[in-house]
Amino acid sequence: MKLPESLIESRVWRSIVRHGIRATNRNRVMAVMESLVLHLHPARVRRRSLEASRTYFLGAISLILFAILTATGLLLMLYYHPSVPQAYDDMKELQFTVSNGMFLRNLHRWPAHAMVIVVFLHMLRVFYHRAYRPPREFNWVIGVVLLLLTLLLSYTGYLLPWDQLAFWAVSVGTNMVKAMPLLGPPIRFLLLGGNVVGENALLRFYVLHCVMLPLAIMFLVALHLWRVRKDGGLAGAGRTGRSERGEA
Amino acid sequence: MPERDEPMPPVISRRDFVAATGLAACAMAAAGAGVVLADFLRPRVLFEPPTAFLAGPPDAIEVGSVVTHVEQRVYVIRLAEGFRALSAVCTHLGCITRFQPDRNIIACPCHGSQFTLAGDVVTGPAPRALRWLQMSLSEKGELIVDTAVEVPAGTTYRF
Repeated sequence: MKLPESLIESRVWRSIVRHGIRATNRNRVMAVMESLVLHLHPARVRRRSLEASRTYFLGAISLILFAILTATGLLLMLYYHPSVPQAYDDMKELQFTVSNGMFLRNLHRWPAHAMVIVVFLHMLRVFYHRAYRPPREFNWVIGVVLLLLTLLLSYTGYLLPWDQLAFWAVSVGTNMVKAMPLLGPPIRFLLLGGNVVGENALLRFYVLHCVMLPLAIMFLVALHLWRVRKDGGLAGAGRTGRSERGEA
Repeated sequence: MPERDEPMPPVISRRDFVAATGLAACAMAAAGAGVVLADFLRPRVLFEPPTAFLAGPPDAIEVGSVVTHVEQRVYVIRLAEGFRALSAVCTHLGCITRFQPDRNIIACPCHGSQFTLAGDVVTGPAPRALRWLQMSLSEKGELIVDTAVEVPAGTTYRF
């Protein structure tokens, strides 16, 4: 597609896209450096590191699943009140009266299951490729936290339908927390906002699921991707890190 | 000519002092904010159902019978020696147990723990006996069970 020269050279256009459009190496790099979306992406990628067998694209798939979950989750929030017993009624209303509500619920449910699986497979891939070794050891740590956040998101979302499965899963889960010596009972109390799985617990899990955990995971995903680039790129041999350590 | 200055004893520079003071102030403010936040997260008033409830007149319960209060998760048991109240909450992970009259046993559906009518664990993963709860009589002569007050196992009541 060719855009008219007058548009590309106009003051408004140049205030948004500062570099020119000519296909020079400099402009190619600038296109990446100056784009918010592409900023996390390296300017140049090795052809070999894009082969499927290098990463199986598991990290990218997790990110796409997270994007789907965010979009569908926001839509679900439009029909959901985190209160007892309204939450259960809202869930049933989504299934039976809201247009395409059941489809929307399933569009949130299946990617949620898939994300747990894919993030776990991603961890296995990194482990078996020994990609946790220097200079990437801290990114492995961030990845473990991201796995934990994924599991917590899955768990907090489990309570929100407020059905029998949700109620007992959270009863059992928070009783496991209580089994921890000393810190267990107060953590359970803070988590539930009380002694029983009730109104306060539903509201707290809702806020955790919809706001706090997604914010945390977004920040850490950004850090995770940025470090992939800083630590030597996708499946590359982090040369800088090794030479700094005096390794071969 | 003045003699060469003796080497100065190590003193903290003004810049370092101001930086350290500022950092300490920030740390104190952060610690205070942490305390306030922890206090905020702890609800002061809980709108939870009361732990004590009326379990009906004592005479309405026959000797040798087990009355299950599902809502409050309590068994009121009357045997020849008197009344006892057992928590119906499994000590494993908090599921509600169920009295099985044909086998005279209390069983948990979640992970298969079983208890006697004294609350003792017969089998399963439950680590402790069921809790024995405090009983009393109301002014109108009705049984009161308080699920928040645990009493030593074997405490029986005669009314």
